[in-house]
Amino acid sequence: MTTETRNPQRQDETLNSIGIKKPRIDGILKLTGGADYAADRNLPNQTYGYPVTSTIASGELTGLDLEEALNMPGVLDIFHHDNFDRLSRSPNDFAAENKVGEPRLPFEDNTIYYQGQYIAFVVADTFEHARAASRKVRAHYRKNDEQLTDIATLDSGEGELPGEDVPGDASSIGDADTAYAGAAVKLDQRYSIAQENHSVMEMHASVAHWENDRLTIYESSQGVVFQRNALSNIFGMPLEKVTVISHFIGSGFGSKLFMWPHAVMTAVAARRLGRPVKTVLTRQQEYLNTGYRPKSLQRVRIGADQSGKLLSLHHDGCNETSPAGLHDDTVSASSMKMYHCENVSATNHLVTVNKCAPTSMRAPGEASGNFALETALDELAIQLEMDPLELRRRNFAETDLSVQLPWSSNHLKECWDNAASRFGWDKRNPTPGAMKDGDEIVGYGMATQSWEAMRQHCGARVGFRDDGTLLVACGTQDIGTGTYTIAAQTASERTGIPVEMIDVRLGDSSLPAGPLSGGSMATATVLPAVSAAVREAVEKLKELATAEGGPLENAESDSIEIKDGRLVSGDRSIEVAELLRQNRVGMIDGEAHTAPGDEKNQYSFRSWGAVFVEVRWDPGISRLRVARVVSTIDAGRIINPLTARNQIEGGIVMGLGMAMFEETEYDPHGYPYNNNLADYIVPVNADMPQVEVELLNHPDYLLNEFGARGLGEIGLTGVAAAVSNAVYNATGKRIRDMPVSIEKLLSA
Amino acid sequence: MRQFELESVEAIDQAVRHRRVHDGQAFIAGGTTLLDLVKLDVMQPEKVVDVTRLPLKRIELLDDGRLKIGALVSNTELAKHEIVMRDYPVISEALLSGASTGLRNMASTGGNVMQRTRCPYFRDPDMPCNKREPGTGCSAIDGINRNHAVLGTSEQCIATHPSDMCVGMVAAGATLVLEGPDGQREVAFEDYHLLPGDTPEREHDLKPGELITHVILDAPRGGGQHYLKLRDRASYEFALASCAAVVNLDGDNIGEARLALGGVATKPWRADAAEAALKGQPATQESFERAAEAAFSDAVAYSHNGFKITLGKQAIVRALRDATARARA
Repeated sequence: MTTETRNPQRQDETLNSIGIKKPRIDGILKLTGGADYAADRNLPNQTYGYPVTSTIASGELTGLDLEEALNMPGVLDIFHHDNFDRLSRSPNDFAAENKVGEPRLPFEDNTIYYQGQYIAFVVADTFEHARAASRKVRAHYRKNDEQLTDIATLDSGEGELPGEDVPGDASSIGDADTAYAGAAVKLDQRYSIAQENHSVMEMHASVAHWENDRLTIYESSQGVVFQRNALSNIFGMPLEKVTVISHFIGSGFGSKLFMWPHAVMTAVAARRLGRPVKTVLTRQQEYLNTGYRPKSLQRVRIGADQSGKLLSLHHDGCNETSPAGLHDDTVSASSMKMYHCENVSATNHLVTVNKCAPTSMRAPGEASGNFALETALDELAIQLEMDPLELRRRNFAETDLSVQLPWSSNHLKECWDNAASRFGWDKRNPTPGAMKDGDEIVGYGMATQSWEAMRQHCGARVGFRDDGTLLVACGTQDIGTGTYTIAAQTASERTGIPVEMIDVRLGDSSLPAGPLSGGSMATATVLPAVSAAVREAVEKLKELATAEGGPLENAESDSIEIKDGRLVSGDRSIEVAELLRQNRVGMIDGEAHTAPGDEKNQYSFRSWGAVFVEVRWDPGISRLRVARVVSTIDAGRIINPLTARNQIEGGIVMGLGMAMFEETEYDPHGYPYNNNLADYIVPVNADMPQVEVELLNHPDYLLNEFGARGLGEIGLTGVAAAVSNAVYNATGKRIRDMPVSIEKLLSA
Repeated sequence: MRQFELESVEAIDQAVRHRRVHDGQAFIAGGTTLLDLVKLDVMQPEKVVDVTRLPLKRIELLDDGRLKIGALVSNTELAKHEIVMRDYPVISEALLSGASTGLRNMASTGGNVMQRTRCPYFRDPDMPCNKREPGTGCSAIDGINRNHAVLGTSEQCIATHPSDMCVGMVAAGATLVLEGPDGQREVAFEDYHLLPGDTPEREHDLKPGELITHVILDAPRGGGQHYLKLRDRASYEFALASCAAVVNLDGDNIGEARLALGGVATKPWRADAAEAALKGQPATQESFERAAEAAFSDAVAYSHNGFKITLGKQAIVRALRDATARARA
């Protein structure tokens, strides 16, 4: 491990490449089709896999008629329960980095847990042949009449939420019950967020290829190391015999963090047939087999005094999970930290439904929990006849009371001020329906945004080459967020070599192990590792340069700096590439592994933000539109303002989807009704409001040497609450169940 | 792989003749409905006849003032055509509110008339559907029916007709020209699409072998026109409720109003009762509201789509208000 200095008081260094608006270095490849996505991979002698899925939601598969399908043109084999390889489940352990999306192996038993579950896997010489044959597989079922696809049907609407309590999720400080009982002002409300699907642009795909006993799998993955580790466990193979490659990803939003069963089916089929197999899921299959944000029910109880001071906060959550894989969305957890309240209790329940395993979806848990808490605060402000922003100011958390630690860095107050001022919050009329403009009623709403700042261990390798270029390699991946670019900026910052001369390699599990692209932690994790690897390599360069006869002979190692790609000591200097050429060395490399240290036990790390929303409600035609979103974000140092802003804007758009449109629907018979992009409504360009994002750029040096936190999730948080609060301001209708649909507005 | 024969035809009689010889044939123009449904295994034509080379791409002003539109005129071309924009804005607006630029560039006028429902149960061959497989039952009636119809439904089918253009054409008044083995015939546009009744698989009055060759719009009715489409998001979604209004004033009163509805009915819906309620009435909010009530007096709501009755009335009132304002301008 390389040691790092972390000091909050340090002087900001002058940076040349970090903090610069650098267009994505992989942009040209993406524009020209040069970026090799998983499904683009074609291997010699390749075959095509197509899954057959269950058409019932609960029961047992009692038989499969395969004869007709096996006789279809081009069919090579059909895999199913009776002929599938005997494999071991992955331990499914996050800490051991082998967590998978659905721990149940494909075809493991004949029980049907959900509609869409894989019951067979057809492999043929072309995609079309495989698909046509899949439709000739006849399945026989014993159907259970009882199935559950909507947890709301279990909710009585008052008191405790349905489901099983998860004891490990319960946390509390003080005595929330007693404080609630004695509070002068009380609120007790229920909220819900519909199931959402990630709806990624690039379909999930696997291309598996065996060479002797080595497996290479091309996958659209947010975690090549996790998938490598999981496959190694499942197939009982040494890590070094499995390679997972994911050079480019067309968005993941969490659905590609952990491996799904299609990859295992594909790998098994490739081994059995002795030929590469490519599987590209259809949109319909993807909606049923690659996770989703589980529907959550929530109950928030707040006790306050007349001045708005929070005396007690209970936040209870309940989310759906699956018999095929447990997922706890911990929706209430962040409420322990958001505001200054000395008596807080958070719990979570789980209900098992007939769906595939839920998984993380952008700002998992917190986006849902934040909606409930930030809407409840708006309701409390109205009860108190107080400005909702003022209510939040009065309850600013000076420290993280839940763990009794100071914040590493917290500029939430500046976020509130900055965003409120840019939005024009002072022009808000708190009376619902009071702000009119022609046919439309204008509504203003706001919410606090927040997301935990995390960092993981990480390896990275850099290599100075004799042609002046610099190799940077890390076993993480770029899911479209700009990781390639900021890794290059970091290496450029630390060497002075221009970004254009830096060759970044990511998305390959054989590289030094890097983090998942998730949880807004890749930036804070990868950059220190790249920087440390540069230091390792520069030490080797110094040895070369100061050796006898070398260009910096006799120079003190400490006196040597690397600047503009040159080693400089006093008035002597040598270009690194020239040094290598002189020594007939092709490349000098350095590898480092970095990790978070004891700072986790000394400080609490979070990013913060404030989001303000203007909605327009035309009651004559029941039309709700979001006209304007203003957000100010405190996410530490901004490494690349272009990609950073893009992340926040994207999060906001996703938040609009959560607030207004997105809802995965199952009919009363358990049938998935809208598993496609025509019927599952996401915002489109015409829905885009004016979006104004400001990034504060206060480095958080306690987290890493650059002071960077992540910002993939935070943009989404707060948006649904700000929209629903603005809807109340416009309409006087309080919609507590997302999305705010036309029929809810009409019936409220 | 599902094999089908593809043949291109150069002349109308050739297209029609082919159609008579083979059952299980489909014509393809833009393909924006057919190809989707083939891939979904909902339509399984053995032979596909490509009609895109037929000479049906002109828009022609007839001597009697009517406008004759070739069935292969694209949705984009029709929406942007000078005469359509000037004399039939309700049709232009309807077209531009539908789909996306890319789809409108591909989609043809005749194909738009032949669009099939977006009912998800219809589009999934694993689900019971009387329209796709008569006698199997309707999954929507006791399933999710938020997007389904409240007018013109039957116990067999409650699927909506998805077109915007057709709603505009019903309001503007039009005639379809059909060419078949037995020659040419004309059908009033609003009689072409059929109510589901007991035969939801029969969607229109097209006889075996017939091809739509033209749509002839009635001579312009003038007045104020407006197409209003209400839906969840701002674009790229089928209507939850839409209204095409053509209003001619007689002083401060309504002389003649023509109203058609989309998104709420099993076919492009002429709101006759609402039109009757408006005739000779003052052009006021109260009259518009009375007309809206009349339009939905026979509506039947299902478990998820009751809001469409409210929304449909709102579409009528607002479309009438804005069309009237244009009539006055």
